[in-house]
Amino acid sequence: MAKVTIDDITIDVPDGTSILAAARMIDEQHGTNIAPPTMCYYSKLKTTGGYCRTCIVTVEKGSEKDPRPMPKPVPSCRTNVMDGMVVRNTTSPELLEARAGVVEFLLINHPLDCPVCDQAGECHLQDLGYENGKEGTRYEFQRREFEPIDIGDKIKLHMNRCILCYRCVKTCEQITDGRVHGVINRGDHAEISTYIEKAIDNDFSGNVIDVCPVGALTDRTFRFKSRVWFTNPVDAHRDCNNEKCSGKTRLWMKGDDVLRVTARKDRWGEVEEFICNSCRFDHKKTSDWTIEGPSKISHHSVISQNHNELRKLQLGVHKQIKQLDGTKIDLGEGALNPNNIDK
Amino acid sequence: MTTTTEIKFSDSAQQQVQEILNQYPADKSKSALLPLLHLAQAEFDGWLSAPVMDYVASILNIQPIEVYEVASFYSMFNLKPVGKYLIEVCQTSSCWMNGSEDIVRYLERTIQAETGQISPDGMFQIKTVECLGSCGTAPMFQIGDKFYENLTFEKIDTILDDLRKENKRSRYV
Amino acid sequence: MSKKLLLTYDHIPGINTLEVYRQNNGYKSLEKALKTMKPDDIVEEVKKSGLRGRGGAGFPTGMKWSFLAKPEGVPRHLVCNADESEPGTFKDRYLMERIPHLLIEGMIVSSYALGANTSYIYVRGEYFYIIKILQNAIKEAYAAGLLGKNILGSGYDLDLYVQPGGGAYICGEETALLESLEGKRGNPRLKPPFPAVAGLWGRPTVVNNVETIAAVVPIVNGGGDEYAKIGIGKSTGTKLISASGHINKPGVYEIELGVPVEEFIYSDEYCGGIRNGKKLKAVVAGGSSVPILPTELILKTAKGEPRLMSYESLSDGGFATGTMLGSGGFIAMDEDTSIVKNLFTFARFYHHESCGQCSPCREGTGWMEKILKKFIDGKATMSDIDLLWDVQSKIEGKTICPLGEAAAWPVAAAIRHFRHEFEEYVKNPQSIHDVKHYFRLNNLVEA
Repeated sequence: MAKVTIDDITIDVPDGTSILAAARMIDEQHGTNIAPPTMCYYSKLKTTGGYCRTCIVTVEKGSEKDPRPMPKPVPSCRTNVMDGMVVRNTTSPELLEARAGVVEFLLINHPLDCPVCDQAGECHLQDLGYENGKEGTRYEFQRREFEPIDIGDKIKLHMNRCILCYRCVKTCEQITDGRVHGVINRGDHAEISTYIEKAIDNDFSGNVIDVCPVGALTDRTFRFKSRVWFTNPVDAHRDCNNEKCSGKTRLWMKGDDVLRVTARKDRWGEVEEFICNSCRFDHKKTSDWTIEGPSKISHHSVISQNHNELRKLQLGVHKQIKQLDGTKIDLGEGALNPNNIDK
Repeated sequence: MTTTTEIKFSDSAQQQVQEILNQYPADKSKSALLPLLHLAQAEFDGWLSAPVMDYVASILNIQPIEVYEVASFYSMFNLKPVGKYLIEVCQTSSCWMNGSEDIVRYLERTIQAETGQISPDGMFQIKTVECLGSCGTAPMFQIGDKFYENLTFEKIDTILDDLRKENKRSRYV
Repeated sequence: MSKKLLLTYDHIPGINTLEVYRQNNGYKSLEKALKTMKPDDIVEEVKKSGLRGRGGAGFPTGMKWSFLAKPEGVPRHLVCNADESEPGTFKDRYLMERIPHLLIEGMIVSSYALGANTSYIYVRGEYFYIIKILQNAIKEAYAAGLLGKNILGSGYDLDLYVQPGGGAYICGEETALLESLEGKRGNPRLKPPFPAVAGLWGRPTVVNNVETIAAVVPIVNGGGDEYAKIGIGKSTGTKLISASGHINKPGVYEIELGVPVEEFIYSDEYCGGIRNGKKLKAVVAGGSSVPILPTELILKTAKGEPRLMSYESLSDGGFATGTMLGSGGFIAMDEDTSIVKNLFTFARFYHHESCGQCSPCREGTGWMEKILKKFIDGKATMSDIDLLWDVQSKIEGKTICPLGEAAAWPVAAAIRHFRHEFEEYVKNPQSIHDVKHYFRLNNLVEA
């Protein structure tokens, strides 16, 4: 076991736990909100993480044995805790400033087309920009542009929106047979592509839609049907004859119509179980499903929580925050405990 | 490009493929990808079409996308047809200080094609590239595996004349 | 005359052939190593020598070797990093072209020391003619029993292969190089694990620069202690310096570490001074990624002491007033040089070479290039200088591999020491056109 302190909260975790996983455990146990945001890491897939740099944290003390601080911020998703490690995330203004820089980098070439993007409302980049970014843009140049393309009849690729998290590539590598898409070209010309026109077509390919943190890969069967916040999510299941699929899904309903079927997601925005394309695309009638009840959406997002409450949650359980200029703001007794926030 | 002609390495290239494959453990043959792409580019008109890349994938028993990913990453692989002689002009720091911009302009005027375009006679194409490790002999360009250094306009005239006479596609391998 | 250990015989005709190389002490260290030393003895000598990685990072080679994991039954590999691509650096090319057998001898001795039976030399693809030189030399070495089975009757086996790159600066980063050698995109790996534990094909691997491996030959021949006596302080031995820019004698020089910078620039033994009687304006001392320094700071430290060509002296004063030895890519610029325009070529370079894997480098390098282009085009404003500073600071230290720093440092240093030049381009956009940045060639008159 290793004892690790993140934003002044200490927890014991098994050896080999990442800083990110430890921070998520703290949030689950204490109801805090100190876990760093993630855009590329995905606990359900192997070898993800490390690319986007949004989950960086400051390691103030390396370990009990070697207390030296780490010279640079580290990606919490791919850095394991050491016994005695002290980490700062929401309590380090310098770190938050560095993260704001990463957010800016992710946004300079993003089209900001949220009004016409099906992902809006459940987009992790939207959440990230809102919670960790800054107002306005300092980028004045032409943004990168690609034409949207259809990857088969069910999936739409808007490369303009892609942040190159590699999740869809790893998904196809790990849960489907025979990957046909990947990352081509280099640097800021890199793009998700099949290179020559090809459909991503196999029983589990639809999962790339669910793992995509942005609106780069969207469900063509749901295209422009509704803003997600006008739909009602319910958990449902069916007897799926694909042995690798549990048939446990989330239906996004409007009245009695099933507009969309997705996997169920946890509070970190990750799917609980991958689902097959038949459940996702071919079963759009309520009679296909046994409905369990309304989904509890625990993943916070722009639309799922009140603006001001979210800001408070971000501050975790701290009574004071230090600003960049060194002065401290007193936030008031109890005001920041998420348990005190009206639900 | 259509696949009307069969894509297949020549006998001597096939032999080289075997030699290359022998350099790695049997289950690590994907390591041969870069050498094979170089060989394929030299064999098939100086560029890599999708069918050529699929052919390389079939030799290594990997998915075609794995080849596209790699070929499009490295700057030496041409994914479009190129002029018979690809003139790769270094433009970084020391070469810039020693007049690489003038070299490019002079070349463009001489071959009558802008950088990136194939000259009207199909012979030449200019490509601006980053540091080729010839900083002490700047300015320079590379054609195939050959470095042309300490360039002057007069030297360029001679080089291009000689190549026109030689009239044989440049290659690295 | 400076002490030479690597380029002792480089001007002898035919030294690229095995025959002439052997007539000039070639493969002596191999005989000594295989006949009189155990592998660990060699590691010990390299440790004693104080040799530091010559690719740029300057990490102690002996220590790197001692980190190599040696699990039972798992093959280990030595990979030579000949992906020399840092602008201003061309020493490895010179060494491989002139004396290929020196590298091969170093590879065999080092592979023996590390217990590797298959080793690779990864050469940047643009150096294809060098690849052919190395392949010929390797063929000669096999024929002479210096490679293959039972080398010189010692029972030690080694196969040595040359692998071409495909054109990507990033493959000079050791884990990107290994990815490339595995036939993949040159994306640097997240560390840990380090190559010493999981490198090529997941096996324990040491990656060393060409010059580092070549230096093992004189270390084994003369002993680590003797090597350590050369140089100054912790900068032991000799270093190949690639000199370019506005100097009278560009080329590769082997220097004893500790030579004063001033002597290196102005002595006829080395660069022979600045061309056309011009004054020196600035120097990039260790390859494009290290901070540029103005004349007063490259010749003397902030304390007023003479600056020496050594790891310690060049970095004296930190980044505020110092720089780094880096790969030894020494670019001297005369008084007419536009620092901003030169920086633009660096920024374009790093933008072109970013692998695109992590967001600060992928997005930030292109952004910096675009801002710098505004200066060149006479369209920049004063706030662009601060923006540029801020963007580089947001890249530095946030990326997977050092390319982020390599792209950020030159920008930071140019603003730190030459801010007035950026300001001049804002105040007087015409001034960029007044700069005479064409030297050897006559300015081309547009028809």
